[in-house]
Amino acid sequence: MKRVYVNEEWCLGCHLCEYNCAFANSGLKDMADALKGKNIFPRIHVEGDEKISYAVSCRHCEDPLCIKSCIAGAISKVDGIVTVDRSKCVGCMTCILVCPYGALALGEEGTMQKCELCAKNSCGEPACVTGCPNKAIVFEDRG
Amino acid sequence: MSIQYIYPEFEVIRNENRCIACRVCERQCANEVHSYNEDKKVMISDESKCVNCQRCVSLCPTRALKIVKSDCTLRENANWQNDTIKEIYKQAGSGAVLLSSMGNPKSFPVYWDKILINASQVTNPPIDPLREPMETKVFLGKKPDVIQRDENGNIKCEMPPQIELSMPVMFSAMSYGSISYNAHASLARAATELGILYNTGEGGLHEDFYVYGPNTIVQVASGRFGVHEDYLSAGAAIEIKMGQGAKPGIGGHLPGAKIVGDVSKTRMIPEGSDAISPAPHHDIYSIEDLRQLVFSLKEATEYKKPVIVKVAAVHNIAAIASGIARSGADIIAIDGFRGGTGAAPTRIRDNVGIPIELALAAVDQRLRDEGIRNNVSLVVGGSIRSASDVIKAIALGADACYIATAALLALGCHLCRTCQSGKCNWGIATQRPDLVKRLNPDIGSERLVNLMNAWRHEIKELMGGMGINSIEALRGNRLMLRGVGLNEKELEILGISHAGE
Repeated sequence: MKRVYVNEEWCLGCHLCEYNCAFANSGLKDMADALKGKNIFPRIHVEGDEKISYAVSCRHCEDPLCIKSCIAGAISKVDGIVTVDRSKCVGCMTCILVCPYGALALGEEGTMQKCELCAKNSCGEPACVTGCPNKAIVFEDRG
Repeated sequence: MSIQYIYPEFEVIRNENRCIACRVCERQCANEVHSYNEDKKVMISDESKCVNCQRCVSLCPTRALKIVKSDCTLRENANWQNDTIKEIYKQAGSGAVLLSSMGNPKSFPVYWDKILINASQVTNPPIDPLREPMETKVFLGKKPDVIQRDENGNIKCEMPPQIELSMPVMFSAMSYGSISYNAHASLARAATELGILYNTGEGGLHEDFYVYGPNTIVQVASGRFGVHEDYLSAGAAIEIKMGQGAKPGIGGHLPGAKIVGDVSKTRMIPEGSDAISPAPHHDIYSIEDLRQLVFSLKEATEYKKPVIVKVAAVHNIAAIASGIARSGADIIAIDGFRGGTGAAPTRIRDNVGIPIELALAAVDQRLRDEGIRNNVSLVVGGSIRSASDVIKAIALGADACYIATAALLALGCHLCRTCQSGKCNWGIATQRPDLVKRLNPDIGSERLVNLMNAWRHEIKELMGGMGINSIEALRGNRLMLRGVGLNEKELEILGISHAGE
């Protein structure tokens, strides 16, 4: 399946992916309306420093530890995409502890949120990928 | 301070209703114009540092930014214009020569824009390039004047070394050092994919790029940086750089700050040392001396590579080209006064040299008159901006064109003309690793390939309109050109008639 991959060689650490992610998942049509004056809760995070940086988001593992660890049964795999049912999440953060990539984080309401490849919003292709100015984030099927 | 103060040239206009304080502008500006005020939770800008490279404008996700020319102006004066006065202020403070980058921005006539192209009507039907074959391939190099046969009467097929180009455009010389590794990678990969050539410039060839050798012109300039046997043998052709359109008569100076790491290794000079190319080649003071270097290079490469001699377009260009055509060189490259540069003294860039259109017409005519046009191919550069410029150059007598500024624009350059600062926000004219990586060669080479393919389509359309189906049939075909708004002398030099004639 197609996944989001990051090539740190081309990541500029501009953090645009975080803002594009937060906007894509806001449900609003205008970025300024969606993000102005707010703390953002993106599902992709840029790690690193000025010399090297890279964006981290869910790898959609073959055998995800987060699903195994979820005490509420809130995480499941739908068409290969690891998905959170936020109505079931109790916010225990066990999945954060077990994820080897550090790809999960709490959302604004205190429940878990994670990258779902923009499958549930109107973007079609992940917003972090289309908005990356240097093709450091790509959406590819690498088997 | 007060007597030295010059009001900033640009203003950064931020639409506060749209700015989401994502700080992308701050992170992307190597000139440190933007910053975030934590207390007020707003972005602020120091426009005195802005060079109007448009990086922040291009990356702002909410289109909250624009850069405008400041309207704070000195009192209007047609003679003492604002820029002139500010340059005086700068020099009165610094005592130094003014430096500039990229091509001459002054309002000298652009002859390309005063030349119009013919099209067929009724008697000589145009050709539709989408339906019929159209040849854009050219060969550069010395062409035989007569057919020669051996003792058995068979035609001798051996030709002097030639360069084959899929279209009559090449990427002209930009050194590794003046532009970045990724810019070179983009040019090399694009040239290879397109079946054309790029040019190393005078900074040597990075070891990673030897694989692109068949699509590389290796340059030998007055500083001889990075020149060795393998380098000469690596390329498809060797270019001797005698001059550059942006700065005829002077050499180059790459500051020591840019001679770092691989640049130092590739140039074969110590890190941190200034790379100074002398104004002349110290072993060339005559056509005979030039001939010695041409044949030294041919000898070193077993007569397998054509040798290009590149000169700036200056007043006596026709006579100079005539000499070069007799020196043994295979190709003459002429660089017009609008050609770009990574850094040149402003006065020289803006006032020395002549337009390439006039130089080309004069040289082509002179070589024909002397019966030596087939001795050499002619390549012209110095602000070839579009496919129609290429067509006009070919019709004036060029075999091919060199482009560099257009190629850099494809790579993201916004012509802010501050290459000399080394802080190119687009990752082109810089050696700072964090800036260099802003140019991803995957994107860069694709955009260059797109640009050239677009031009190739346009060249075919323009040729088809004239009823010509091969570039070879257009070369020197000045009947296909007409001038508008040119005086008798200009038309005479260009060798074209006025529109309506």
